[in-house]
Amino acid sequence: MADKRSDEERREKADGGHGSIADTDLERRFADLSRTLDKGRRVRQAADKPERTDSSGYALALRIASEFIAGVLVGAALGWGLDEVAGTSPWGLIGFLLLGFAAGVLNVMRAAGKIAGPYDRLDKDNDGGPARHD
Amino acid sequence: MASEAATHSDTVDPIHQFHINNLVDFGQIGHSTFAFTNSALFMAITVMLIVGFMMLSTRGRGLVPGRMQNVTEMFYEFTANMLREAAGSEGMRFFPFVFTLFSFILVANLIGMVPYFFTVTAHIVITGALALLVMAIVVGYGFSKHGFGFLKLFVPDEVPGLILPMIVAIEILSFISRPVSLSIRLFANMLAGHITLKVFAGFIISLSTFGVIGWAGAVLPFLMVVALTALEILVAVLQAYVFAILTCMYLNDALHPSH
Repeated sequence: MADKRSDEERREKADGGHGSIADTDLERRFADLSRTLDKGRRVRQAADKPERTDSSGYALALRIASEFIAGVLVGAALGWGLDEVAGTSPWGLIGFLLLGFAAGVLNVMRAAGKIAGPYDRLDKDNDGGPARHD
Repeated sequence: MASEAATHSDTVDPIHQFHINNLVDFGQIGHSTFAFTNSALFMAITVMLIVGFMMLSTRGRGLVPGRMQNVTEMFYEFTANMLREAAGSEGMRFFPFVFTLFSFILVANLIGMVPYFFTVTAHIVITGALALLVMAIVVGYGFSKHGFGFLKLFVPDEVPGLILPMIVAIEILSFISRPVSLSIRLFANMLAGHITLKVFAGFIISLSTFGVIGWAGAVLPFLMVVALTALEILVAVLQAYVFAILTCMYLNDALHPSH
């Protein structure tokens, strides 16, 4: 009888005295659970993905192609216009067409995320400046 | 008009669907006529459809949305998420603009798929105006936020002075090409898609004049038209989405200089 009681007391003491252990245990189980859920979510997202990448990949392909073409067209148009105004045909067209090709490649690299956009530069100047507050 | 009548008799003119007709003539401004055209009519129809649908579907203001309200709310959420993902919560100040632009292009593209309807976005005047509006907002907001420092956009750091003029020229060309690619992509997709549809539909009619063998052969272009119609609806939605997401990205560039 006395033995049993002391046993209970001991158990109570263990529960009360080492509450932090029980808490950490609970936290660990929470972390485990969220990890398991995350894994399931990731698997589901991976399963959902092919359908999405199909249409957005098509959109990206169209975008990259048109970015390049636009660069070349704008270069050619500007060069031709300059020739018309200044009478320097065909040098304006040749020069600006080459620059247009370069701009087209730049557009494509930016669209593909290979080069940072030109706006990154503005950030450096405004670092901590008042212009950024809004 | 004479050539139109001639082509009408044996084949379908695939370009005819893009003709702009003056419905109501108001007279002249300068040397150009000022009229209410079929293009304007369909733009008005587009706007009325959007506004009408939005107002009708949200009339109930149900806490638990009904079927119609759900469509509107999903569209709202989709656009809001797209903008928030691309431009952050600061970008939400442009939400009315992006939402209007997206819904206008989407509905204009989709009602263009209805037979005998005019496709507003298959004209570069419309898409060009929309793209220039986007770039005007980007440039205007950029200048108001950064002042003349916005011009540093075209001048990279740490570039040797010798090749700096060339780099600046390339950057400027790259910037100018943005509205061009934005407008040409939408316009060319809609134009090419509708012409392709008309051409294949024309094949059916041409083939069916050859009797029974022609009818059998006409099944092939007919299947093609069915497939193309589905593809065109996909393209209509996709191009509206691409236009909207690029608008969000350009706005993000003006809003958040750091990525």
